[in-house]
Amino acid sequence: MKKHYSKIIFILLLAVCALFLFPVFIVLMNSFKSKFYISAEPFKLPTGETFAGLSNYIDGLAKTGFFSAFITSLFITVCSVGAIVLFTSMTAWYITRVKNRFTKFTYYAFVFSMVVPFQMVMFTMVKTANVLNLDNPWGLIVIYLGFGAGLSVFMFSGFVKGIPIEIEEAAMIDGCGPIRTFFLVVFPLMKPTTITVAIINTMWIWNDYLLPYLVIGSDYKTIPIAIQYLRGGYGSIDMGAMMAMLVLSIIPVVIFYLLCQKHIIKGVVAGAVKG
Amino acid sequence: MRNNLKKYYPIFALPTTAAFTVAFLFPFVMGLYLSFTRFTTISDAEFTGLSNYIEALTSKDFLNALWFTLKFTFVSVISVNLIAFSLAMLLTRKIKGRNFFRTVFFMPNLIGGIVLGYIWQLIINGVLERMGVTITFDPKYGFWGLVVLMNWQMIGYMMIIYIAGIGNIPSDLIDAAKVDGANSFEILRHVIIPMVMPSITICLFLTITNSFKLFDANLALTDGAPSRQTAMLALDIYKTFYGTVGSQGIGQAKAVIFFLLLAAVSLIQLKFTREREVEA
Repeated sequence: MKKHYSKIIFILLLAVCALFLFPVFIVLMNSFKSKFYISAEPFKLPTGETFAGLSNYIDGLAKTGFFSAFITSLFITVCSVGAIVLFTSMTAWYITRVKNRFTKFTYYAFVFSMVVPFQMVMFTMVKTANVLNLDNPWGLIVIYLGFGAGLSVFMFSGFVKGIPIEIEEAAMIDGCGPIRTFFLVVFPLMKPTTITVAIINTMWIWNDYLLPYLVIGSDYKTIPIAIQYLRGGYGSIDMGAMMAMLVLSIIPVVIFYLLCQKHIIKGVVAGAVKG
Repeated sequence: MRNNLKKYYPIFALPTTAAFTVAFLFPFVMGLYLSFTRFTTISDAEFTGLSNYIEALTSKDFLNALWFTLKFTFVSVISVNLIAFSLAMLLTRKIKGRNFFRTVFFMPNLIGGIVLGYIWQLIINGVLERMGVTITFDPKYGFWGLVVLMNWQMIGYMMIIYIAGIGNIPSDLIDAAKVDGANSFEILRHVIIPMVMPSITICLFLTITNSFKLFDANLALTDGAPSRQTAMLALDIYKTFYGTVGSQGIGQAKAVIFFLLLAAVSLIQLKFTREREVEA
């Protein structure tokens, strides 16, 4: 009886699984179909007449400049996440260990920023970035550090509060200054939080569309900007190129996921519980 | 030691605080101020009192976006959490392929909103093709399209949090309930649900705020069509800023209302579910 029951559950889960994979499969299949057959019959397998080989991929790569968009996305994501991890962990340690009115205010300002939606600061932030010459990929890293600081400082602070201060004092007595104490003692202890912060920010920045579009969109393309670019002025879309580019943008995400799956799942759970 | 560390402010705290001021603090204060003015480039701001707020709250597009967002949030929060919780219940049993299922269900969460929007545009248009229409034909298609998309994206994420919550329930608690003669439904109702209340708090918070703030997928899936009827708040604000000349002040006022609404809804929800959390 009981065995029977778990068989039904297994089949049910398999069905749900198929539902989850179905959209990706359809996109993959259509990326090999000639563009005129995609919208009309998206659920039919490509046949001799509708099969387009790799032409959608060649078309799409030429139209969007996908490879340079990939490099831009990679550069911005890696540098921003690196900056966020390094600087917010230092800040969190400082404002948790040095207690005065100013650090307290700073902490609450960071926490407050977490509930403010992007649209609230969208227009003024873009203007500020223009005035300060931050409207380039390097400047965007500064913007991401500033806008992403709230959650990251909050998470690192939560962790620092749990580190016994005696460990740091011992390092100081042994002659370490604050910088060596932080990098040799505190930062290595923070590793679990560092992974969580890095994962959460990677997922955000890699997929972010509006912020990079408004700040650097006129000169540079990230992957989401390149995809959105395929939608023409009047909403007309080259479906062939679109399908191919969707496939190409999913591939790096899936590879990243399969490589660091354990960290990602742990990271999002830890991030959710603390955030 | 603390005095020693204090002098290191420029190294430890200044970079983050400076970036934070540039990217958040200053724009926030400036945005608050500009919502009471009429402007196109900030330097030409002219104080106009509450007129932006009055125009925002009487704007048909904004009210429509507000209603659409509330409806969307309500439907998706319920469906995402029900399905995610059910899957979590199934996947905490001893079942073969548990890890595989978990991996697959979580995967869509990593795909960005723009890409998600175009994937679902293809699928939904393909289904509607039989009726000879597309997703932008009627706002209800866009609405349900967004709900399906949101479910596909968020279910796996919420499921992972529920799995962690259910896994933390001490098994002797459930055994004790069984000895006392409770059936499966009673165990779910009186043991499991109260014990995973912290996870429910988190999941509701995440689904509410994510549904409320949805932008990328909305832009890609329907771009508000037909005629802004499927635009949610974030998209409506964006279009007010960048789509119409001279209405930036109104856009900023809409953004302030959006922020206050989001803060109010999430604080009420947190308070409401936190009160229902119990100790083991």
